[in-house]
Amino acid sequence: MKKDIILAGVGGQGILSIAAVIGIAAVESGLHLKQAEVHGMSQRGGAVESHLRISDRPVHSDLIPEGECDMILSVEPMEALRHLSFLSPEGWVVTSSNPFKNIPDYPAEEVLIAEIRKIGNHILIDAEQIAAEQGSRKVSNMVMLGAASAHLDVLPETLEIAMRTLFERKGEEVVGMNIAAFRAGREAAGRG
Amino acid sequence: MSKLVLLGDEAIAQGALDAGLSGVYAYPGTPSTEITEYIQRSEPVRQGQVRADWTANEKTALEAALGMSYAGKRTMACMKHVGLNVAADPFMNAAVTGINGGVLVVAADDPSMHSSQNEQDSRFYGKFAGIPVLEPSSQQEAYELTRYGFDLSEKFRLPVMIRIPTRLAHSRSAVERSPVRIQNSMAMPSDPGQFVLLPALARKKYRLLLSVREKLEEEAATSGVNRLEQGKEKKRGVIACGLAYNYYREVAEKYRLDEPVLKISQYPVAPEMIKDFVGMVEEVVVLEEGYPLVEESLRGILDTGYVIRGRMDGILPRDGELNPAIVAGALDLRREKPATVSDVVKSRPPALCKGCGHADMFLALNEALAEYGPGRVFSDIGCYTLGALPPFNAINSCVDMGASVTMAKGASDAGLHPSVAVIGDSTFTHSGMTGLLDAVVDGSPVTVIISDNSATGMTGGQKSHATGRLEQICGGLGVEKQHIRVMIPLRKNHAANVKVLKEELAYEGVSVIISDRECIQTAKKKVRKG
Repeated sequence: MKKDIILAGVGGQGILSIAAVIGIAAVESGLHLKQAEVHGMSQRGGAVESHLRISDRPVHSDLIPEGECDMILSVEPMEALRHLSFLSPEGWVVTSSNPFKNIPDYPAEEVLIAEIRKIGNHILIDAEQIAAEQGSRKVSNMVMLGAASAHLDVLPETLEIAMRTLFERKGEEVVGMNIAAFRAGREAAGRG
Repeated sequence: MSKLVLLGDEAIAQGALDAGLSGVYAYPGTPSTEITEYIQRSEPVRQGQVRADWTANEKTALEAALGMSYAGKRTMACMKHVGLNVAADPFMNAAVTGINGGVLVVAADDPSMHSSQNEQDSRFYGKFAGIPVLEPSSQQEAYELTRYGFDLSEKFRLPVMIRIPTRLAHSRSAVERSPVRIQNSMAMPSDPGQFVLLPALARKKYRLLLSVREKLEEEAATSGVNRLEQGKEKKRGVIACGLAYNYYREVAEKYRLDEPVLKISQYPVAPEMIKDFVGMVEEVVVLEEGYPLVEESLRGILDTGYVIRGRMDGILPRDGELNPAIVAGALDLRREKPATVSDVVKSRPPALCKGCGHADMFLALNEALAEYGPGRVFSDIGCYTLGALPPFNAINSCVDMGASVTMAKGASDAGLHPSVAVIGDSTFTHSGMTGLLDAVVDGSPVTVIISDNSATGMTGGQKSHATGRLEQICGGLGVEKQHIRVMIPLRKNHAANVKVLKEELAYEGVSVIISDRECIQTAKKKVRKG
């Protein structure tokens, strides 16, 4: 078993929390893990990505080879497209449909959505709407993790335990909201 | 012992703690920051058993570490690659004095310049100083080599460098710990003259350093850190240094390569080890993350005709970091063409945060300078460097820590008036104060704006040495009291701030304007913590 995942988004959108949850769950499941992330300048509202590799065998490279990525999991539609050269032909793109517009030449939304629909395996989710229904738009990232969870080869129960581990120190309310967001995202993706 | 999931940086930190570290000194800088942050959060620091201090700059960090070593303890100084330029003076001389307690200098390199001004390869500094360099390829090796590094340092009585590039520094993996070693007890150097580099003594010490070179090579040949991995296909051999080894292994597994590999993670490399390896194969490919240090030494000037492939003959790019695709390409392995990225995707550069005080400062400065025309603002390293981009287009330089003040002075001496420096509070206490003193002593008319956000913001809001001290520092350096002005960069103060700036721009002497508002990120963190 091997899963190479690129997490994409804009600095501050919480992709490192997604990476942390999958990472904790993978280690709990006895898998090998490497997860490269971006710190520093680009975290200030720039495009950010994390390469997350889990496998039942030792992982060599911290970076995913081009053309071999199993999933691009993005919390922003344009950022989902930025890393397409890494996606394997059978790979999945799971992305939020909510644009984050902080540049003057941000493309028209319908053009972006049309580009995403061209990808064979894709899941488009209105993460902000679903997150808002669970109590806060801030948990959009966990909605997206939920939406991707069916293709991760890590049990949802293990992911939920990992979320509990990660958010524990922020209190039970935060833990509950994140888990609810995760379940709602999983359900929304299942509906297709 | 249990496994931990750690960043490469954190693996160094945990490795140092478990190796009996007594203190770490550092100035924040991407990608090195997380080493010291991890140690600061650790139990031994919270219990007061280990020091973990941010320092004014990298030079003071390394000197403090050297002092701790003098007193017999194991210590570490951490910095980004360009920080080592700042610390180069103690770095070069500590190789001559040698150490008492073990000293590690961690240099975190940033090939591809993700968050830096250049991509210098710190291994050259290690070679320059004549000290051992360790270059881990994985998180586990980062942990183990840190511990070995302290032993090595105390065995040869020399500082040891650990070189870690961005991709390892900021990548997480599982790390298995070793038993914890207790700290050294305090002990003065046995030779009271060891740290006295008077010429007569320095000459002796330097000859001692030169004489140990061969022993360092021998150590690197026998420590097991550098190792030969046999292969059946002897046409080509691969020398893989540091992180490049991982990319090679990734590619070798995919394409089922079975060729000899020399894995290098310790320098200076023993020439015999290289000669034996090269003798086994018909040609050699050198993979290294950074400059072609090993490749260049293999070629020499007289290039004997033996086939050496790498960054210098063009099969690998001369600049930028490596990755599996680049390595596969260099090894002539055919790859399917990857999908192209739609041109719908636009670049999304970083920007100042919403509500950032630097932004309001730049808006006021642009308006105040409008009557003089563009091209007169020298700036520095920090979040405010983003003032170079639209919508501000407010600054004209970013060279090195502190250069805003001194470049403004030089331009002013050449006749540019007004000549403006924009520098952050932490950068000012790092390297701006001395330049301001130059301007005061020479009476060079400059307008220095210290954009004070009470934090080292770009690297995540670490403590700033400047907080609460700027007015006193500038007054102490001789700036006249009436020309030390304070403004609060908020929209509602815009007109008043423009007025303050205009007054000081017109003044033909040294003035300092402290633009004082807390970093929005650290302010938010405080609110969250309650």
